[in-house]
Amino acid sequence: MAPEWVFPGSTGGRGSIERFQYKHGGAEMGLDFSVVPEYFDQLLLGSFWTIAVMLVSAVISFFGGIILAVIALYAPAIIRYPFRAFSFVFMGTPLLLQLFLIYFGLIQIGIDLPAFVAGVIGLGLHFAVYNSDIIQAGILAVDKGQYEGARTLGLSKGQTIRKIIVPQAVRTVTPPIGNNMVALLKDSALVSVIGVTELTLSSQLAISNTFRPFEFYVAAAACYYVINLGLEFGLRRIELRIQAAR
Amino acid sequence: MPVKQQDKAMPNEQPFIDVRHAQKQFGELEVLKDISLQVQKGQIVAIIGPSGSGKSTLLRAINDLDPLTSGEVWLEDKQVNKKLPHRQYEKHINKVRQDIGMVFQHFNLFPHLTVRQNITLAPKMLKDIPDAEANKLAEEQLARVGLSDRIDFYPSQLSGGQKQRVAIARALAMKPKVMLFDEATSALDPELVEEVNLAMKALAAEHMTMLIVTHEMGFAESVCDRVLFMDEGVVVEEGPPGVIFKNPKSDRTRNFLRKHLGG
Repeated sequence: MAPEWVFPGSTGGRGSIERFQYKHGGAEMGLDFSVVPEYFDQLLLGSFWTIAVMLVSAVISFFGGIILAVIALYAPAIIRYPFRAFSFVFMGTPLLLQLFLIYFGLIQIGIDLPAFVAGVIGLGLHFAVYNSDIIQAGILAVDKGQYEGARTLGLSKGQTIRKIIVPQAVRTVTPPIGNNMVALLKDSALVSVIGVTELTLSSQLAISNTFRPFEFYVAAAACYYVINLGLEFGLRRIELRIQAAR
Repeated sequence: MPVKQQDKAMPNEQPFIDVRHAQKQFGELEVLKDISLQVQKGQIVAIIGPSGSGKSTLLRAINDLDPLTSGEVWLEDKQVNKKLPHRQYEKHINKVRQDIGMVFQHFNLFPHLTVRQNITLAPKMLKDIPDAEANKLAEEQLARVGLSDRIDFYPSQLSGGQKQRVAIARALAMKPKVMLFDEATSALDPELVEEVNLAMKALAAEHMTMLIVTHEMGFAESVCDRVLFMDEGVVVEEGPPGVIFKNPKSDRTRNFLRKHLGG
């Protein structure tokens, strides 16, 4: 991933490289979108990986959020406090830094994760913390009578939380969690920096071949937009199904 | 001092529900003041009294939903509020509660589950019965409350009276030995009260042991074997409905009844 040469007077960030390439790499002025179709399969593959990263991280962040919320509200202090510290770290530090730490840092203590795995873990945990806050609010909003109704039937506390409280909490907070998933989709671009060839990195690779940043970034943006439409369509379907059962 | 209920217990018969010296404190406030109560198998007991008198708290102490500060609650030969280490106690109380059905003022049906799932959830989870049998159970219990055609509805699609009848069916599906009713009709529109009362009367006809906290004096009078009048955490007076409603001994009872019946 490291650049082969260092741009004079800068630290060699990728943005600088592209500007340098554009100014000195012989690209012509003006826009020419005709190069985009040539890289269609590369962008398609990138979109596929973006969707894969999003879906896997979304699942991790959803179930992770539920687990964190239940721990935050019901677990004894000895478990609750370490998890609160964990949440605080994930909420209070940049996602980019967390990705670096998981991908480049963990290998020093012998944990060698593939880029995709490191990426979805970073994204998943980061958004799990945000989801947890929302789900906690949802749990607290479930009527106390629901808990009593289940307990009087003989259900244990754990069974009640699992079967009665959490399903209802999650239903009430689907819209804000959906918003988080849209944010997750957009932040998935960050995993390009640890070398997951998703949409953003794919377009950057195309740019380094063609010296056409504007065209490919616009193309990538369009792909993100389409994926986002699909995501929102899916979320709306889920919300409608849930509303039917309320 | 309240009338001692021990005197009323029939000799030679072990009480089915036995509340001994129940005392309950919420901070400074003493909501139950040394109440003792015995209920025989098959008996139907109404608990009446002004709001804040502790009648709901007493009812909720019987399945330990509101744990007593001191005193004991027994169901047959088992102590409900046995002092046990937390984990063992949880196991114990979950077992005991399967024998004590409870119906709430606000139904407390699970809105994310259908009527069928509401009824089969607990039997499936706690008694490990197969799906087919659980479904049959749901159908039977719904038929009992006259709602067979609503089995695949969600609670939000039902009227208040129907919800409460489903709640009764749900409680009955656990085959409880006792049913507790905590103002089961108080949240209902007047025209929906009767259908719930009918379901409760049907249970009474089957000799279910029932404790009913209610504001409906007419229902208490016609259905119950015994009436307890509570005020300020004590049982002021108790006896057969004929005596309590027609010829109460205490002034407090008389005043209360005048307000509720006099109308």
